[in-house]
Amino acid sequence: MKIFLNKSSPYFFIAPALILLLLFSLIPIFVSLIISFTDINITGLADWSQIHFIGLENYISIFQDPNFLQSIGNTLFYVLFGVPLVIICSMGIALLINFGDSWIFRLFRLIFYAPSITNVVAVAVVWNYLYNPQFGLLNFLLHFVHLGPIPWLQDPTVAKIALIILALWRAIGVNMLIFLAALQGIPKAYYEAAMIDGANSWQRLTKITIPMLRFATFFVTVTTLIGWLQFFEEPFVMTGGGPLNSTNSIALFIYQNGFQFSKFGYAAAGSMILFVIIIVVTLIQFRGQQKNADNQM
Amino acid sequence: MNEAFKHTRLAKAIVITILILGGFLMVLPFVWMILSSVKTDMEILQIPPTLWPKSITLQNFINLFTQMDFLVYLKNTIIIVLFSFLGLFFNAMAGYGFAKYKFRGKNGLFYLVLATMMIPGQVTMIPVYLMLNMVHLTNTLLGIALPGLVGAFGIFLFRQFMSTISDEIIEAARLDGCSEFYIFMKIILPVSRPVLAVQGILTFIAGWNSFIWPLIIANDQKYYTLSVGLALLKGQHASNYALQMAGSSFMVIPIVIVFLVLQKYILQGFNVSGMK
Repeated sequence: MKIFLNKSSPYFFIAPALILLLLFSLIPIFVSLIISFTDINITGLADWSQIHFIGLENYISIFQDPNFLQSIGNTLFYVLFGVPLVIICSMGIALLINFGDSWIFRLFRLIFYAPSITNVVAVAVVWNYLYNPQFGLLNFLLHFVHLGPIPWLQDPTVAKIALIILALWRAIGVNMLIFLAALQGIPKAYYEAAMIDGANSWQRLTKITIPMLRFATFFVTVTTLIGWLQFFEEPFVMTGGGPLNSTNSIALFIYQNGFQFSKFGYAAAGSMILFVIIIVVTLIQFRGQQKNADNQM
Repeated sequence: MNEAFKHTRLAKAIVITILILGGFLMVLPFVWMILSSVKTDMEILQIPPTLWPKSITLQNFINLFTQMDFLVYLKNTIIIVLFSFLGLFFNAMAGYGFAKYKFRGKNGLFYLVLATMMIPGQVTMIPVYLMLNMVHLTNTLLGIALPGLVGAFGIFLFRQFMSTISDEIIEAARLDGCSEFYIFMKIILPVSRPVLAVQGILTFIAGWNSFIWPLIIANDQKYYTLSVGLALLKGQHASNYALQMAGSSFMVIPIVIVFLVLQKYILQGFNVSGMK
């Protein structure tokens, strides 16, 4: 009896979580792959005989869809500007906060972290109001210093930047904490040795601190990159992808086609393309990291 | 020595100045949100905007419950949070299973769990909707809660922590004739209190903020959560910014309070270098 118990009990413990992950994470990938080769839409949902296998048609037409191509371009814009900004700002603030450990630095740690736990819809609604060209606070403040008015969410390029600013504001907190934890792990002896050798603070920063943050930087880069590739809530709440589709992201494109136009097969094809992009980008990152590590040897 | 001391004092002053400027930008949206939420409809549309409210009113917060169905959204959100605590329990169970048992296929299954972290939400969104629709779970709270119930990262963290619990306690309990589930409930969970605290807080925040699944699965306003309700409010009352700010405050302030009270638990556990 006891042996029987010991053999089956691990499965008893892992079963609930494993079954849920299987049902809602792993099986859906295969379902998505299959339906991306069909024309399933709202009629197909009610009557399965209306679903037809159409081969690669979704994939062919999605690459001729100007909206999809534009959303890829927009997502690329988000990644190119968003990832470096998040890394530089969160590392910079972590370095500043790491400067001391009195109550004031602990307070700043709280303040910079706070935006990242707040509800994305709520803060998008708040920023939408801040960005308002007539009643918004930002243009009002800029008016004081004789700048603006800036068409925050009305101009195609400015709107993308406005969304990046909001996402940056939310992203700093978590990444700053990751950098802070890594900073506190650097042995003090390194700095003492460098001081004896006469290294100035700039040299200590560039030759010790930043190289020692290599793993944290890598982790932040990968997670931030994946996050930007899936950029969704901010454009969804604030611009709905506009003006002129200029803030639409791949993720929002998938949502719109799937749940607003009920083109499930077409949207599934888009999601498979996004999945491939994410996997390829992540693998390239890991390859780069390994090469880096080899060079260090 | 004295000169070096002066030098660091100056540097510290510069650092604090930069942090104050940055910190001001970080809190500005929150301050503006709260100030605007207590202004009247008339005042909020004034040009130029008033910085400090002329008269403070709570009417916007009352309107959330009378003009909008925020009570229903709140109830749904709390139910989703309760569901996600069940998910937390499943994560802890799985973490224990992977940490303290040897069984066939253990490594393979654990890698499978970790692999699910790579899967973007947009890929599972459509098939999960179709699957839930097939079993008539769309437009139900259970359907909203199920897809995000368990998570690989939670399982991973529980496994990491529970691996450090000594085997001897478990063996001793087994010799005393305790059942495996009893050991888990009465020994493992109490010992795991630190990781449970962090995970519990993060689970609460995630549940309170949940947006994507409720947005997709709930077609009927009856099943909207606060996030989805707020997005709807923004669409329906596009120019009533006071009401919008009240809705945002209603969502953000509870989380900020939870965060301030429990910050010492939240701010630990971000050491990724220790995880590799």
